Parts: sequence; C-alpha cells; structure tokens
Amino acid sequence: MSDTIRCPVLDDSVVGWRGRPFEVEVEKGRLRLFAKAIGETDPVYHDEAAARAAGHRALPVPPTFLFCLEMERDDPYDWFTELGIPLGRVLHGGQAFTYHAPAYAGDTLRFESEVTAVWHKKGGALEFLVQRNVVTNQHGAAVAEFDRTVVIRHPT
Amino acid sequence: MSSVTTPRYADVAVGDALPSLDLPPVTRAMLAVYCGASGDHNPVHVDLDFARASGLDDVIAHGMLVMAWTGRVLTGWVPQSAIVSFDTRFLAVTRIGDAITARGEVIEKFVDGERRCVRVAVSAVDQHGETKTSGSAIVALA
Repeated sequence: MSDTIRCPVLDDSVVGWRGRPFEVEVEKGRLRLFAKAIGETDPVYHDEAAARAAGHRALPVPPTFLFCLEMERDDPYDWFTELGIPLGRVLHGGQAFTYHAPAYAGDTLRFESEVTAVWHKKGGALEFLVQRNVVTNQHGAAVAEFDRTVVIRHPT
Repeated sequence: MSSVTTPRYADVAVGDALPSLDLPPVTRAMLAVYCGASGDHNPVHVDLDFARASGLDDVIAHGMLVMAWTGRVLTGWVPQSAIVSFDTRFLAVTRIGDAITARGEVIEKFVDGERRCVRVAVSAVDQHGETKTSGSAIVALA
C-alpha cells in the first residue's frame, strides 16, 4: 500500500495552532455528578461542609476534571473539524496534568490551548498530536497545565 | 470530613503500595453517566452504531474515566493538594464488562527544593491482567 493512501492529515504547520480561549464557571452540581460518575465517595467531593472542614473554600475540582471543563465549549470537537481530524478515528493516547493551585466550585477558569507537537508512525497509519491547555482562574493565577495526546488511526 | 492526611516523607518507602481500588465491571449505563458528567459526548463511548461505523466492535470506555479511577487511588492516599503532577498513557481500550483494578506504588523518593516528594507509578489493569493505563504522579509529602 502506498504512502499516499495513508496520507497523514497533519503536518508540522499545525504546531502552534491555537484554539479560541474559553472561560467556564465551575458548577458544584456538575462536580457532584462527576464524583458520582467516577465512584468517588469521599464527602470532600460532594458535601460542602465536609470540604470546608478539610480546609477547602468550596467543593474542589478533582484531578482529572479540568480536562472535562475544557470540553464545556459549544463544540468541544471544533478543533478536530478545523484541523481535518475525523472524530471516529481519534483515540486518546495520553494525558498529563501539572497542578499549581486548587480550583473550586464557583471559580471561573480560562483555558488557552495550543498544538505543541505532531508526529506519525507506521508510514502515517498512526498520527499523534499534543494539545497543551494552560488554565488560569478569575484572579489570573495559574491553576494547571495539561497536555492531551491524540492518536488518529488510519485504515491500512 | 475526609479521613485522608498527608503521610510523612520519612514514613514512606520505595516499593510501598497505595491502597488499590477494585472497580465494578464497565456497563453501558456507567459510560452514559460519565458522558453526561464529564461533558465528553464523543459518540464512540455510547452509540453502538457510531462505534461500528468507526471500525470498532462495540463502544469503548472513556480513557479519562479510567484515569479518574487511578486518580482516586491518589486522592484516597493523600489530600488532592499534595498532587504536583499526574500523567497517564492509554495503552489498551477498556470494553464493556472489563473489571478494572487501579493501583499505585511508590517508585522514587526525592527532595525538590523545599518539597519532599515521591513518584508514584499508577496503573489500571483488567480481570485478564491486561494493562489499560500506565502513568505516574509526583506527590509532595509532609
């Protein structure tokens, strides 16, 4: 099979591509639902009194929920469409968070994303893309960065 | 109130296992709830027709659900504020019926400036022993 049939949809020109900055308020009801969805039973994650007793000012955002908040945009897959990535062929290859400050219910978080790397393997049958998100809160304080590695499977 | 308190650096050794979590087998209902709670509405996780049209035999679990389970191993061991970083690679898809065990193990102790830290290897393994996710976290101890 020729490489042209496996033609990658991504090339180096994609690196540096920035998504539209996005802000979202953290809702405590969603945090409770998320805790339920992942089976988190620690009352700190669903009971405000327990959260305050543990030193939090409100219900805390759990470690992986920042990824979910970034998907609160009207169309969280808009950048796949814009970059020509077919959603059905996308797999999540990896995810890495670095935390700077806790985030809480009631906070308004700002997400700024950028594509930081692309590469391919197996003659383009597998393509990889890293999207970095930088998260700040309503005070402009750094909350976290997270890197999402996307894998695009092409038929062979 | 959470019963979780930060362990003392001196009391933790390389090779220590964190309390593991045995999760119930993955169901379609579980993925539907996670879909709504997470906001990740990719139909590959809930829509069998879409999954098949995409070349899969069935829907697959959200990788981030499995990562969240391994995150619970961390937050079951230390207060979340102690977690400095947390990364995961998704190595195999998690399917309906898979029963995941989430594990953590201390693999390194180090001092970073004022912080006394450990590196924890985290993983999610199914009932057949297949590793679904593998990653690590840096945790600051007391």
